[in-house]
Amino acid sequence: MKAIIAATILGIIMMFAGIMAKEKKPLATLATILLFILLGVNIWDLTNTSSLAPQSLFNNMLRIDRYALWFNTLMTGCTLLYVLLIGKEIQKVGAHVAEYFALIFFILCGVYLLSCYNNMLILFIGIEIMSIPQYILAGSDKRNLKSSEASLKYFLMGAFSTGILLMGITLLYGATGSFNIISFSFLQADHLNTLALAGILFIMIALSFKVSAAPMHMWTPDVYDGSPTAFTAYMATVVKAAAFFAFLRLFQVSFGSLSSQWTLVLAIITAATLLVGNLTAVFQQSVKRMLAYSSIAQAGFMLFAILAVNAVAWQGIIIYSVAYSIATIGIFTVLMKLKDYTYDGFNGLAKKEPLLAFVTTIFLFSLAGIPLTGGFMAKYYVLQALIQQGHLLWLVIFGLLMAAISVYYYFRVIIAMYFKEGNAELHSPVTATDKFMLVFTCLLVILIGLFPQLLLGNI
Amino acid sequence: MILVLLILVPLITGIFSFLTKGDGAKGLALISSIITMAISAFVSAGNFSAPMHFITPWIPNLGTQFSLLADGMSSMLCLLTGIVVQVVMTVSWNKPVEKAGAFYGLMLLSQAGLMGVFLANDALVFYVFWELALIPVYFLCSTWGGEKRIAATFKFFIYTFVGSLMMLAGLIYLSMQNPGANSYSWSNIMHAGSSLPASQQAWVFWLIFIAFAIKMPIFPFHTWQPDTYEQSPTPVTIILSALMVKMGMFATLRWLIPILPQGVAFWSQTIIILSIIGIVYASCLAIVQTDIKRMIAYSSIAHMGLMSAAVFANTNMGMHGVMVQMFNHGITITGLWLVVSMVENRWGTRDMTKLGGMATSAPLMAICLVIISLASIGLPLTNGFIGEFMLFNGLFQTNSYYHITFMVVAGLGIILGAVYTLNMLQKTVYGETVKMKITKDLGSNEYLGLAIIIILIVFLGVYPKPLLDLTSGIATALVP
Repeated sequence: MKAIIAATILGIIMMFAGIMAKEKKPLATLATILLFILLGVNIWDLTNTSSLAPQSLFNNMLRIDRYALWFNTLMTGCTLLYVLLIGKEIQKVGAHVAEYFALIFFILCGVYLLSCYNNMLILFIGIEIMSIPQYILAGSDKRNLKSSEASLKYFLMGAFSTGILLMGITLLYGATGSFNIISFSFLQADHLNTLALAGILFIMIALSFKVSAAPMHMWTPDVYDGSPTAFTAYMATVVKAAAFFAFLRLFQVSFGSLSSQWTLVLAIITAATLLVGNLTAVFQQSVKRMLAYSSIAQAGFMLFAILAVNAVAWQGIIIYSVAYSIATIGIFTVLMKLKDYTYDGFNGLAKKEPLLAFVTTIFLFSLAGIPLTGGFMAKYYVLQALIQQGHLLWLVIFGLLMAAISVYYYFRVIIAMYFKEGNAELHSPVTATDKFMLVFTCLLVILIGLFPQLLLGNI
Repeated sequence: MILVLLILVPLITGIFSFLTKGDGAKGLALISSIITMAISAFVSAGNFSAPMHFITPWIPNLGTQFSLLADGMSSMLCLLTGIVVQVVMTVSWNKPVEKAGAFYGLMLLSQAGLMGVFLANDALVFYVFWELALIPVYFLCSTWGGEKRIAATFKFFIYTFVGSLMMLAGLIYLSMQNPGANSYSWSNIMHAGSSLPASQQAWVFWLIFIAFAIKMPIFPFHTWQPDTYEQSPTPVTIILSALMVKMGMFATLRWLIPILPQGVAFWSQTIIILSIIGIVYASCLAIVQTDIKRMIAYSSIAHMGLMSAAVFANTNMGMHGVMVQMFNHGITITGLWLVVSMVENRWGTRDMTKLGGMATSAPLMAICLVIISLASIGLPLTNGFIGEFMLFNGLFQTNSYYHITFMVVAGLGIILGAVYTLNMLQKTVYGETVKMKITKDLGSNEYLGLAIIIILIVFLGVYPKPLLDLTSGIATALVP
């Protein structure tokens, strides 16, 4: 598990580079190079672990399997894509560019811990390592009151949910006498005590908070809206995906045999998330806020994978994470080019920048789940997982109805770009590099839609 | 391989069309449509010996292959698509279009989608093309349509999207029944579906049928249709009404009737009743319309209602009639829309009350309109007659206590059909000449396009045997 160590060291290098270099641009270039190195380390990890059998590390604190390594690699890839697309905007946020990039490395370290923890304490530490840099990033636009508010709100709510998580872990420890998540799987439904049940419920609530599932979603729109857009793009994608992976890992590996106990609660949470996310997104006027609610709505679909408790669910969460991350990062990239974040700001974009409008359309198709885009395959896998589970068909139908609602607000952007008169004002000119990167991202989305098996590698 | 060409030719030329400037797109589209028509004619002709297959792996771990099959019904509908698109391209040759590259590109892409739907022999491939046919049409309507186009097409899109998603859930459910390397292949889905217990078939039926019902559309899922037809530019209306509604009918015959036989049996009475309500309701509404386009839109609901009633009557004659009628209705309604668009171009209105005297001002066009309208009513010796005759015959033979009632009420639809169609003829072709200024009669390309339609109408009216032979095997396979 060299990637965890590498992420930390590279993060520190990045931090010290801030002292050496005064210019912003070389720092961004350095961050890109370091991310390439990190990606390389991840791939090294992946090729080294050729055996399919999971292996334990650090006194059984971590348990490496191929799902985890593969997920890490993909998420590092997404981060790299994020930095390539949005790196320029990160430089504009404030003066401390080196720190922003360093914090992203630390977040990645948290992501790696979350994907392969085998001990509840590592889960806790991973979530903290991942969250604390985010609190800072949310508040990095210091002179903006909304940014500070977002940071404070995120921090307070985050601290609150961490408390609940700790309580849950404690209760489970009381019930089983162990922190090891594999040992929880010996919990059986027929001799289950209240302690363990309460612990599971607490952990479910805390993790629902991290993935912004309703009714623990209240912080999401404000934080996403208030934070600098460059960082919202990251929070809404890779970070969220990692939280989902941790969620899935715990509930499938440890609590899978108890699924009859918690399925109904989680199903209701899922239904509420889909309902709240989609219905509220319809009424937004700002595209940035709409994307925040849409990320809640998409979380509803990702929860399908956790409810399913089967092998397809792993594939589902991996494909969903990547497809959703790529499309969302793409849309945020376009959004940041615009002056006005409302729907009206997109009016007439197709005439002014046809390429920008076209790639945005593909990203929106992906989020809406139109075939031949990654988003369709993602939805397909989680639906398949839940249908295979067999007991929650009502939720499948409900989710599909909600997906139809989501078309409404995603297509409003398309309607604004193509069919409305207007002069979409751009913040900064679209350079050839931008165009190249956006087209590349767009091709990735279509490639995943055509051949989703590429994303699953050999797991 | 030749089947892939049916999809690839319009797809590739469609993409290239986006890059062309000026008149290039028009020529490219015409050439592409002629090539596609030729290939589809070849496929149909070859069908008399053996149906063509094409299979290549696509996503193995989902159990789906890229598998195409052109049996009688598929190749007939591909031929219809080929002919209709070609006629549309011919007739709109000298009509200037804004952003021609995008317009023709999207038309060709939707053609590629339609071909895929008709050829797919794998449920997931079918679903993908089902959606892909929709997207270009959405953009076509929203960009080049009438005043209220954005709201109308948005409604249309969301309606059909809801249906498609339900169908997706249904198809996943069926493929899950017997997972394996090609669990989505038609034969696998068919085995999975028909071996489900009746109670399950009854609800899976609705998951899948709702998509088709919206597309056809049958009452009460039809509300998107008149607005969308009215607001779309005529070439797109033709794609929608001549081809896309056939997707719903075709899909019912291919992906519903054989797959969930007990579910179909359970609900057939209900669907027939809904269809017949739709026939009478739409016919009554058609009578009071003054806008010709809206009138034809409602008449299309009535015609599709009769077809869906005959499908669910579950008789060999009815099934066979539906297949023949799909082709005939496609041809006839294309002709009607073409004349309507010519009228609109020349006189600037579609309002019947403001039209009149076409017989003197544009006699050729008037003759065409009369022949096409008579075919639409189903007069003997036109193509409409044979199909409608078989539909009624099939409906009459249905194994239901109420079969005579069904017959009588549906027959009412034919009478009402004559009422509104002849009324339209009277007001536009005859009537006072003063209202219509004398302008140019048919242009040569318009003449050519309408000639193809009229030749087909008369030929298939007098000698429908090729069409009947092409589809009889499929009808027998569905209901012996």
